Amino acid sequence: MSTWLPKSASSRRWLGLAPSYIVIGIFMLIPMVIMGVFSFLEPNPYGGVKAVGSFDAYVKLFFEYDLEDQLVFNPGYINIVWRSFQLSIMATVLCLVVGFPVAYYITLQPENKRNFYIYLVTIPFWTNLLIRTFAWIIILGRGGVIELPLQKLGIIDDSLRMMYSDGAIAVGLTYSYLPLMVLPIYASLEKLDFRLLEAASDLYANRWVTMWKVVIPLCKPGVVAGCILVFIPCIGAFIAPNLLGGGKKLMLGSLVQFQFSSARNWPFGAALSMLLLSAVVVSLIFYARAAKKRALMEGEV
Amino acid sequence: MKYIASIFAAAAVALTGGLAKAGGELFIYNWTEYTPPELIEKFEKETGISVSLDTYDSNETLLAKLQAGATGYDLVVPSQNFVPILVGEGLIQKVAVHELPNYKNYKDEWRKPEWDPEQEYSSGWQWGTTSFSYNHELYSGKGESLAEFFEPSEEVRGRLSIFQTPDEVISLANIYLGTEFCSEDPKVMKKIQDMLLAQKDYVVALNSETMSDLLTSGEAIITNHWSGYNRLGRLAGAPITYAYPKEGVVGWFDSLVVPTSAKNVENARTFMNFMMDPVNMAMLTENQGYGDAVKGTEAYYSEEVKTAPEINPPKGLNVVFAPTCSPKAQALIDKVWTKVWQ
Repeated sequence: MSTWLPKSASSRRWLGLAPSYIVIGIFMLIPMVIMGVFSFLEPNPYGGVKAVGSFDAYVKLFFEYDLEDQLVFNPGYINIVWRSFQLSIMATVLCLVVGFPVAYYITLQPENKRNFYIYLVTIPFWTNLLIRTFAWIIILGRGGVIELPLQKLGIIDDSLRMMYSDGAIAVGLTYSYLPLMVLPIYASLEKLDFRLLEAASDLYANRWVTMWKVVIPLCKPGVVAGCILVFIPCIGAFIAPNLLGGGKKLMLGSLVQFQFSSARNWPFGAALSMLLLSAVVVSLIFYARAAKKRALMEGEV
Repeated sequence: MKYIASIFAAAAVALTGGLAKAGGELFIYNWTEYTPPELIEKFEKETGISVSLDTYDSNETLLAKLQAGATGYDLVVPSQNFVPILVGEGLIQKVAVHELPNYKNYKDEWRKPEWDPEQEYSSGWQWGTTSFSYNHELYSGKGESLAEFFEPSEEVRGRLSIFQTPDEVISLANIYLGTEFCSEDPKVMKKIQDMLLAQKDYVVALNSETMSDLLTSGEAIITNHWSGYNRLGRLAGAPITYAYPKEGVVGWFDSLVVPTSAKNVENARTFMNFMMDPVNMAMLTENQGYGDAVKGTEAYYSEEVKTAPEINPPKGLNVVFAPTCSPKAQALIDKVWTKVWQ
């Protein structure tokens, strides 16, 4: 040990952790504090903020001034938030439905093949998200990869009109974030003791019962982690709603972008981001609490 | 497709510009697909200045970026209605454009425009019009009236695309309804809102980038479009026609200006001067297909540009240039847009 290190163990611990504190501080806390402060200021008419404190941005989330300058309840923004939640839940469920069997299948492969399959799952991440989303326009579009063969075979005459719909957004989101579902589920399934499945079958459990009572409870942490990892980026998603949904219905991500560009209302954009952030933090706290409780209960048993 | 093309363009410029050159540097921040690489190469060869290019997709993005304190750009290209805002916010600086040697080539009708009355800040890049286009193989109409866009016929249901940002859509609505631009009157804006809400049933997508693709695939039959961008799509084989409705079209004029934070002001002025040389400006117009503000460019135009309908609008066309909206009028525009698309 060199002599310039602090003597006490606690100062040493601080010094050792300093790089991570600095990274968290610069890349996470400072931007968040800026957002938080901006959300309590007044907008400058041409972008930026005025250094005048105001709660207007938060009032605007729920109320608006009508033509007679009366403050009335405005469900518009809440509708947008709700729509984003619905679509994110839909995409998360789709990811789970597709991702769980994939992860399970990979787990059942011989060990030397598993890494190769996992590697295949991560390949889409090597390409820019924008380009991958564009590819879906060609797949789902009018006269695209899906429609053209059906038209040639005479199964359909007109277009299926798959593009520019909520379904297209959900497909795009599912595709984009599927690896984030597969990987954590695989991580927890990999640790699964397959002798337990044999035991279940010895005790006359059929395949479904084994799945519901043994496999799923044991890989629940992976499933929950996967769902959170998919849900959070979906709710702020911006590319898929714009390109595949045609931007026809504003989503939370597009609404925030609109505030910082056309609408030039930075405080309101910041307030929306804070709302999004607190929703995510609250759900994470609930998850952490539930996980703790479960760990305690299992410990007691 | 625009994104991909612009990534390649930026990469190409970055690669060529990466070589150290004697004349110093110039950082241009321009709209996507708005800077022909061959023009940049010519400038680099003649001056020894190495150019880097970065791109944006709307005036709003440019304004937000400069407001947020983005530095390092020597030239940016806002539209006419954003020039007074940038001046007012102190984001661009006076560079005495009227003293540049090639200013003698500047067309009289574009000298000292209302958005830059002393021609201290800006020199023209391209100007054009905003209207709508249609797929002439699929649409039975002729694009004669804005009614076809705002109150479309049944064949267009679910196959109409409009721009992603409100300003130009609402300006076109003003022309159609005969109301004043940047109205602060809630009644006028209510009328526009009702019209847009009725139009919404016909809209398939909000798009400001791939309109020609939408029309080619038949996903849309009518889209908002810019004149020169329509020409590029048409030349690439899209079966599209740019409409000149009888009510008129929205005009815009983009110009080069120098941000206050620019480090290479002299190089920026050299580029402005370079662009006022008719040979160079003709190169840009040939590539982009909008109008320019430099005398003598016609001599260098190809036959195609001389006759392109997008560049040569019909005589007597009503072109209205949007002014800068007051904050109150802008707030009403945003309110209408959020109400329609919420």
